[in-house]
Amino acid sequence: MLSVNQLQKSFQGVTALDGVSFEVEAETITGLIGPNGAGKSTTFNVISGAIEPDAGRVTFTGEDITGLSPDQTSSRGLVRTFQIAREFKNMTVLENMMLPPKNQRGEAAWRSVLPGVRDNVQADEEELFERAWEMLEFFDIDHLALEDAGTLSGGQRKLLELARALMLDPDVLLLDEPFAGVNPSLERELLARLEDLRDRGRTFLLVEHDMDLIMQHCERIIVMHQGQTLVTGSPEEVRSEEQVIEAYLGGEVT
Amino acid sequence: MSTATDPIGRRLPDTLASYWEQDLVKIFSTLAAVYTLYLLVGVLLGYDLFGQLNSLRRLTFLIVVYGIAALVVNLHWGYSGLFNIGVVGFMAVGVYTATILSRPVAGQNPTGSLPGFGVPLPLAIVAGVLTAAAAGYVAALPSLRLRNDYFAIVTLAFAEILRITFKSSELQEITVFGWTFGTGGGRGIRTFSNPVRTFFETSGQPIVAAVESTGLDGKIIPDWSFVFVLLTILIGTYWLISRLSASPFGRVLKGIRDDEEATQSLAKNTSSFKIRAFVIGCAILGLLGIVWQGASSGYVTPDRFIPELTFFIWIAVIIGGAGSNTGTIVGTILFVGLILEGPGQVRRLVEEFVGLSGSVPTFPDALGALVSGNIDPVMLYVFDQTSALRIILTGLVLIWLLKRRPQGLFGDRQEVASAINLEDRVTKRRERGSGAQTSGGDGN
Repeated sequence: MLSVNQLQKSFQGVTALDGVSFEVEAETITGLIGPNGAGKSTTFNVISGAIEPDAGRVTFTGEDITGLSPDQTSSRGLVRTFQIAREFKNMTVLENMMLPPKNQRGEAAWRSVLPGVRDNVQADEEELFERAWEMLEFFDIDHLALEDAGTLSGGQRKLLELARALMLDPDVLLLDEPFAGVNPSLERELLARLEDLRDRGRTFLLVEHDMDLIMQHCERIIVMHQGQTLVTGSPEEVRSEEQVIEAYLGGEVT
Repeated sequence: MSTATDPIGRRLPDTLASYWEQDLVKIFSTLAAVYTLYLLVGVLLGYDLFGQLNSLRRLTFLIVVYGIAALVVNLHWGYSGLFNIGVVGFMAVGVYTATILSRPVAGQNPTGSLPGFGVPLPLAIVAGVLTAAAAGYVAALPSLRLRNDYFAIVTLAFAEILRITFKSSELQEITVFGWTFGTGGGRGIRTFSNPVRTFFETSGQPIVAAVESTGLDGKIIPDWSFVFVLLTILIGTYWLISRLSASPFGRVLKGIRDDEEATQSLAKNTSSFKIRAFVIGCAILGLLGIVWQGASSGYVTPDRFIPELTFFIWIAVIIGGAGSNTGTIVGTILFVGLILEGPGQVRRLVEEFVGLSGSVPTFPDALGALVSGNIDPVMLYVFDQTSALRIILTGLVLIWLLKRRPQGLFGDRQEVASAINLEDRVTKRRERGSGAQTSGGDGN
């Protein structure tokens, strides 16, 4: 589904990525872990097109997407969320949700203005509203529909970030620490939703620091360290490389 | 949703506050307040009916033209986050293009005046608007690569380059491929006759005559008619921009202003949206230049298009609150009524009632007189400096706003960017939802 091959990236002499290679299989929840500074966010930025790699390739559903811009990669079905939620603060939650979907006729200026044609745009908006509302209900934040996104709590912003990304109907979702700052029960609930979505055909690549979560819910885990891929495999395989992981992560693996 | 976020709405008693919620009420009550103020001043100055009508007409004219420009700045900055401080440049492109095209061809015009291409006026106006739009396209390209403050410098430079080009003596009158035309250089150029005034001099003449028979000066008919034509353009602009704002197009623009990178990561080609918003605004500015400088005064010089005018337009937007179309109009009414025309009105009142005698002294002389206890010369000096007073007032208001209320009067207002009424839909959905619960529908 998604594969990266020998990604190289340096920033002003500092090597961030040094030969990162891995594959993400379709309809899985794959975890991407590693200590801070391992290059996980940089990898996401390269995959999504926010930055260009110095070398290497990114392939998505068979197509070479290396160097494409973020709007180009996301319109192909590869969507990423941000570590610090980037909700549109000056809009309501609903507007946030109704912005992403593709092929909105009303995005052509003239269609929104001309009297007869605007009716089509309004029809589109009605459908969009229904979709947005259902998604908000799925995440249990429909009560916030008309609130300004800037007034949301930390956990709510994370939920909105995720819900909004899903409005794009992505095939693959790159989630950058989606549960940071989210309370444990909400986290469990969200994971259940992600697994549900995976069963319905979506693919997730998840960056997280919560080891329990990763081990319990990811079918495959990719471990990065110092800009390289260290280990990839199932949770058991990665766990059995325990000593390596302990040495680098210094944490307990249950 | 019912508590007002602006300083005026908060202070109103509940019954009035609910009226204030409506946009038209905000606009018309502010307008009424300023009109009343000017009528009062007119009474104090002893204006007759014609004088009062004229005073209000001038006020309305300025409100309308500044309003159109302010709405464009709101589209560019309030909605799309594009920092355009070259506003006057696009107005200049519009009016100069239309003028150069429409002036009579060499040999057919009165002696001594600049020839042109002899294009019929309606076509020339369309060409002026399109050229301003094209100029907007060119100016928008740097915005795709530059940070906003650098883009602002580019727009300012663009406008100044245009002004200096129009002022240059080289382009004053040139002949290319047998066509003679020019910009008139520093002296400026006669534009075109005002179609409204022309109408009332010909077929509309009976109306003017009828009015004159009642003893009123007949000039108020063509003068006010022109203002109404401009008002129609303002209403049309407001209509256009509100529809653009309340749509998916406007939604993406808001997203771009808020966080362009995040908008891109949601599959939007932000460059395309920015350019379109910019070009639409510049086309409107081109039309504004044509009707304001061209039709109104019949003459245009490059020095009309100085950065000061751009900054005045920006102040109107800042007072009203960027991002709100209604706020922009209210801000314009207040700016024009109180800051732009205010000093002039105060001066007239002072002259009428304080009876300052003597001629306007130089600043050192005025200070000298102040020291020896005579304040008249200082007063004379201060009130003579209307244009300086405007700028001082503008600066003071800016400083105050930045300290106390940077979002302007209505900047907190969110004008929802959707082509349907979302509040309505949410309420209906919730009602439906609670209905389902009682019948045992899916809960969590």
